[in-house]
Amino acid sequence: MKEFWLGKLNSHALPHEWFTILGSISFIMLGLTVIALLTYTKRWKWLWNEWLTSVDPKKIGIMYFIVGGFMLLRGGLDAIMIWLQQSLSSGASHGYLSAEHFQQVFTAHGNIMVFFVAMGLIFGLINYIVPLQIGARDLASPFMNTLGFWLYVAGVVMVNMFFLFGGEYAATGWLAVAPLSGKAFSPGVGVDYWIWSLQISGVGTTLGAINFIMTILKMRAKGMTLLKMPLFTWGSLCSMIMAVSVFPLLTMTLFLVFFDRYFGTHFFTTDAGGNAMMYTNLIWMWGHPEVYILMLPSFGVFSEIVSTFSHKPIAYYKSNVLGMIGVSTLALSVWLHHFFTMGASAEVNSAFGVATMIIAIPTTVLVFSWIATMYKGRIRFTTPMLWFLGFIGIFALGGISGVLLAIPPVDFQLHNSLFLVAHFHSTVIGGVLFGIFAGLNYWFPKIAGFRLNERIGRYAVWCWIIGFFVAFTPLYVLGLMGATRRLDHYDASKGWQPFYIMAFVGGLIIAAGVALQIVQIIASFIQRKRLRDTTGDPWDGRTLEWATASPPPSYNFAVIPQVSTRDAYFEMKQLHTPKHAYEDIHMPKNTASGIYISIFAFLAGFGFVWEINWLAVVSIIGIIVCLITRTFNEDSEYTIPAEVVKKMEKAQAAKVRTEHGSNSDDEADMGLIEFVKTVLAWALGMALSIVRKKR
Amino acid sequence: MAKHKKKIREGRAVGLTFLGLIGLGLVVAWLLRGNDVILFNPKGLIATEQHRLMLTSTLIMLGFAVPVLVTLYFFAWKFRETNQKATHNPNVSRGRVAVLAFWGIPTVIMLVLASLMIPATFKLEPQDSIEAGKDPLTIQVVALRWKWLFIYPEQNIATVNYAQIPIDTPVKFELTADETPMSSFWIPHLGGQLYAMTEHVNQLNLIADTLGDYEGSAAEINGAGFAGMRFITRVSTQDDFDTWAHETKQSPTELSTPEYKNLLEPSENHPVASYKDPDPNLYSTILSKYAGSHGGSHGSHTQNAREH
Repeated sequence: MKEFWLGKLNSHALPHEWFTILGSISFIMLGLTVIALLTYTKRWKWLWNEWLTSVDPKKIGIMYFIVGGFMLLRGGLDAIMIWLQQSLSSGASHGYLSAEHFQQVFTAHGNIMVFFVAMGLIFGLINYIVPLQIGARDLASPFMNTLGFWLYVAGVVMVNMFFLFGGEYAATGWLAVAPLSGKAFSPGVGVDYWIWSLQISGVGTTLGAINFIMTILKMRAKGMTLLKMPLFTWGSLCSMIMAVSVFPLLTMTLFLVFFDRYFGTHFFTTDAGGNAMMYTNLIWMWGHPEVYILMLPSFGVFSEIVSTFSHKPIAYYKSNVLGMIGVSTLALSVWLHHFFTMGASAEVNSAFGVATMIIAIPTTVLVFSWIATMYKGRIRFTTPMLWFLGFIGIFALGGISGVLLAIPPVDFQLHNSLFLVAHFHSTVIGGVLFGIFAGLNYWFPKIAGFRLNERIGRYAVWCWIIGFFVAFTPLYVLGLMGATRRLDHYDASKGWQPFYIMAFVGGLIIAAGVALQIVQIIASFIQRKRLRDTTGDPWDGRTLEWATASPPPSYNFAVIPQVSTRDAYFEMKQLHTPKHAYEDIHMPKNTASGIYISIFAFLAGFGFVWEINWLAVVSIIGIIVCLITRTFNEDSEYTIPAEVVKKMEKAQAAKVRTEHGSNSDDEADMGLIEFVKTVLAWALGMALSIVRKKR
Repeated sequence: MAKHKKKIREGRAVGLTFLGLIGLGLVVAWLLRGNDVILFNPKGLIATEQHRLMLTSTLIMLGFAVPVLVTLYFFAWKFRETNQKATHNPNVSRGRVAVLAFWGIPTVIMLVLASLMIPATFKLEPQDSIEAGKDPLTIQVVALRWKWLFIYPEQNIATVNYAQIPIDTPVKFELTADETPMSSFWIPHLGGQLYAMTEHVNQLNLIADTLGDYEGSAAEINGAGFAGMRFITRVSTQDDFDTWAHETKQSPTELSTPEYKNLLEPSENHPVASYKDPDPNLYSTILSKYAGSHGGSHGSHTQNAREH
């Protein structure tokens, strides 16, 4: 009976290692603090109505940023833990983690960084910026968007469940290679947590991707043909098309792994005719494109930034677009380069090697397009531009090492070594993360209504760049010294330890960079009045997102702009296009269906993880009922009358006249010392006022 | 005033970047002193060829990437806002020649690399035997949790986590696995890795040209004991190898079926062990345990590998 109700759950599942207990405590403390704050400020209703149930892509975008940002800290902590273990665990010392725990930590690090940091932040940017760039008021399917976000959140909770609740995480590497991930070699619940966190968030990604393809293709402002679309939108479109092509493959593959583990089938097992090599193929057919799904929007961000801060239209726009299309198409045909070492023939290996090299061509074209844009430009070295300059150096390193790894005989020597690890961190940190940070810095004034502190931003960029080279140069060297990845221990005689320590130090410098980014946001908030973006166009931008107020009203544009050229807004500014008359605006209503469905999806996953069958069945029924109920809901829109729009626009215009920031001069931005002084003074003031009140 | 400050800041950033890069190089060089950068220090034909290929292609790519990067950073510097002397042209850049160059130059570079890569891939195909005027030594390798079992069918001996091979003799490692997830067999001094998997035989052909002890590892994660799944490859003279084989043949324990069952049990950091008279059918028994469990295609793969 107990088994029926609780499945495999028992008290042994609860956290009992020091670091899982610490993790649980800090998560619970965080949760309690948030709950206390919300209760104290009486903001529950506000949170539910204004944010959680919102279908506004701008609000969903911000929620993606918040969750993704927290996950960045969480995944970053994993990285520090990995490096600490490896710098300690040499010779007689075995570090502070057991092999199993170490393996769980790097698996979680990989999953969190790819699925919940990079994917989350990229989706945040796409949500916020793409509708603004194409002059749309909302998305093709607002409900699908909120559902996609909440499924992502369910995935985030699932991947952290072994902290929050108990059990263990997969100790298999981020792709849970078969047959290691089978029941025979991984009997615990770790791989099940892995399956369901990826499965649930992966479905969310598919939904989001379909939605954005529809939005970009069908909801562009009048006159914006495909070849007049801003490049970030182009990058997002390519990325989303790729996501729709490959995420169903992931979903299916995960189901097969799940069948193997839950029903005892033999798709990928060693015995009874299972074929583990098939798993390797399937997971990389999704896994390789996945990297480019993250990379393409980021390329788009850089195109926007280079153009804006060079004060020039992007050069060779069509080549740039074709380059992105080329990258996204070719990326579907190179997956085998992840396992040249599995023993395919020279014919197969060289074919995939060539395919991989060809990808370097469109990528190089993108770089040429940026160089040509900078040529005879007038370049402002703002923080986003510094991120770009850092990205180029790091990404070139990743590109060169990548083409090197595409040569099968060379790959035989470098595969599974730390050289490989250094390679993909160069591409993903340089290409994806720097792109996200550049984009966040660039669009922050649009999102928050005030721009970010430039001075502290610069410090953060430098910490990241220096930290990157200090952390990953030793990994390249270690790879050449024959160090394989994922080692929880190695012989002292190898001479590897100093390099691991150097990498750890680099990790700390990157951590300082992250801390500075947080300080940057707080310092900008303190000075928000001075940094206020009153015009909606702080950078002298070129694309439509700058044509509306910062932050934009819920309907984005009071009057949908007419587009006639590529840099639509830049043209509007030159020509002073007159505004048309206001009209009624139809907007989608908030809905909580997405939240309910995600809760059920999470519970179903949880049921499958612990083999609580009744819970899984009930939850699946719950999902179906919620979906059907939602389809019968015809009251999903509301109207903002033209009069109200006019009033709101007038109020905004009045605001622009009264508040005038001096925000262009970044030399007056707060420095670190001033920041510390301000915070200390504020804390002191708070303490004093509390003391006074008590008296 | 602000402009002036900006100028100083920009100049300082460029200077510091150069200093930083030089400093990084010096630190790495200093840490490297006396250490063995294995991939640059190959001890056999295959590793040497792979090393050469790595260097050539890196140089070709650097020859292309360095000018591109220098141009990019130079333009960023030259066309900075504070540089009043630089010309500014706010119009869109166009030109067919440029488009042709943008697509053409990287295409040419990739063609050069591909023309280098394709023949090398066929030449260095690890499953092909090495021609060295000598018959190859066959060693059957079984990946176990978490140790490597080496069976010498011709010498009629077996070892765990230790392999001895004669110098200048081609060695054919026949890789498979038993009750163990995919494992990667890698001796970086001698050449690149291949996977050892149940049901399949992957042939890794290597040859050594320098005497010495070279460590090999399991490069792909395969469970808890993966970091300790290492072995020594000793390259000795033919005479020493023969003596060693003869001595090992006198080992007290036979590699019988019950003894092999013991080895199948998971163990971490397994010590070196040697056995006499391994069951002559052991290797084929291990393979047939998985073969025939499903139809056709994969059985033939195994056969292909044997034919080489």
